[in-house]
This record gives sequence, structure tokens and C-alpha cells, in this order.
Amino acid sequence: MTVNVLLFASYAESLGTHQFELELPVGATAGDVLGHIQSMPGADRLPQNPLVAVNERYARKDKTLEAGDNVAIIPPVAGG
Amino acid sequence: MRSAVVDRAIDIARLVAEVASNSNGATLLFIGTVRDVNNGRAITGMEYSAYQSMAERELADIVAEAATKFEIADIVVEHRIGTLGLGDASVAIAVAHPHRGPAYEASRYVIEQLKQRVPIWKLEHYVDGTREWVGTSVGTRAAV
Repeated sequence: MTVNVLLFASYAESLGTHQFELELPVGATAGDVLGHIQSMPGADRLPQNPLVAVNERYARKDKTLEAGDNVAIIPPVAGG
Repeated sequence: MRSAVVDRAIDIARLVAEVASNSNGATLLFIGTVRDVNNGRAITGMEYSAYQSMAERELADIVAEAATKFEIADIVVEHRIGTLGLGDASVAIAVAHPHRGPAYEASRYVIEQLKQRVPIWKLEHYVDGTREWVGTSVGTRAAV
């Protein structure tokens, strides 16, 4: 199945993309997407424990994904 | 109640007007502005970016929570994104209530939750020409 991965801020800048599609086995979790991101070149310099949002809601790392989900990596937020 | 993530200057007077009502005896306005120093480093400006759709939804949730928690209907919040200079307002919260107590509490609730949960980031530009993503809040309250 394919999910849509969204990157922001330091993650988007260091990994050189804001969005890409990722092919995953059925039953894959939000944490699997994070694991993939953290294995990408340049990821070692990024905040190590970002949150993950699935379809615009913060999600647990063990949340099971569905095809077409939007999975966003949320590094430490700094609004205000 | 209204909340928004905007890419233009925040119209402070409009926010105050929006919460105004003859039944309200207390109106509070919080304005967050870009300051010239952060962690001892001189700043020339700031770039705010957001996961806009989620930020707007999360902000709406926070306002709804404050409304329920403090029984207050007149709350308006705007957060600005894009390039901001020193002194520019990055966030403004207007609240009004018949009495000051709930107004103070609701205003405080909104800004504290916003800083923890709303997916907005800032890139600081320093006078020495360098830049850095700011990351102080880990959003642990939002983690489930």
C-alpha cells in the first residue's frame, strides 16, 4: 500500500523534500514511516523524537496505517 | 469563536471588535511579538511556517476546549506565518467575558496549549547571517 509522507521545518530542509509517497506492507505503522525517515541521509542531524500525525491528528507510533493516509512528521513545534 | 492561521499582518483592532459585546465586562488581548534576542543571540527576523490544515484544526480544537472549560464564547485567535520582522505580532488572542477571571484563564489556556500542540515552526535569522530552526517545545502533552 502507498501512504503520503509530509515533512516540515528542519525535516523538510535537511531531507530536501516536503512530500513523497512511500510504499509499505499492509499492517505497517506510523512508527515504520518514522523509521524510514530516520534512515534517510541527513536525518542524523535532526531532532530525534518527533511526533507523528496521521490525517492531521497526533497518533501513537503503533497506529496501523491505511492506504492513502497522510503521515506527517512533526518536529518540536515553536508557535507563539 | 474563531481561529485562523494567516499569512498577513494580524488586525488587532478587528480581533478586539469581534469579541466585543455589551454583556462582557472584561476584554483581554494577548499579543505575541518577535523580540530582538533569543537565548542570548541577536535576531533580525523570523520565518514562521506551518502544517496549515492541521494547525488550523488544532487551533480550533484548543479554542473549543477553552470555551467549554471556562464557559466563554467570545474567543478569537490568529497566528501569523511567513516572514516577520522585529516587533511584528506573530499571534494574537482576544477574549471577552462578563467577568475577568474566566477571561484571564481562557487566554492563558489558549497560548500555553498553542505553544505545545499547534504544528507551527520558526526559523530564526541572526545578525551574524546564520539561521536556525527553533525547537524548544517537544509537544509531550500532545503525544498519545
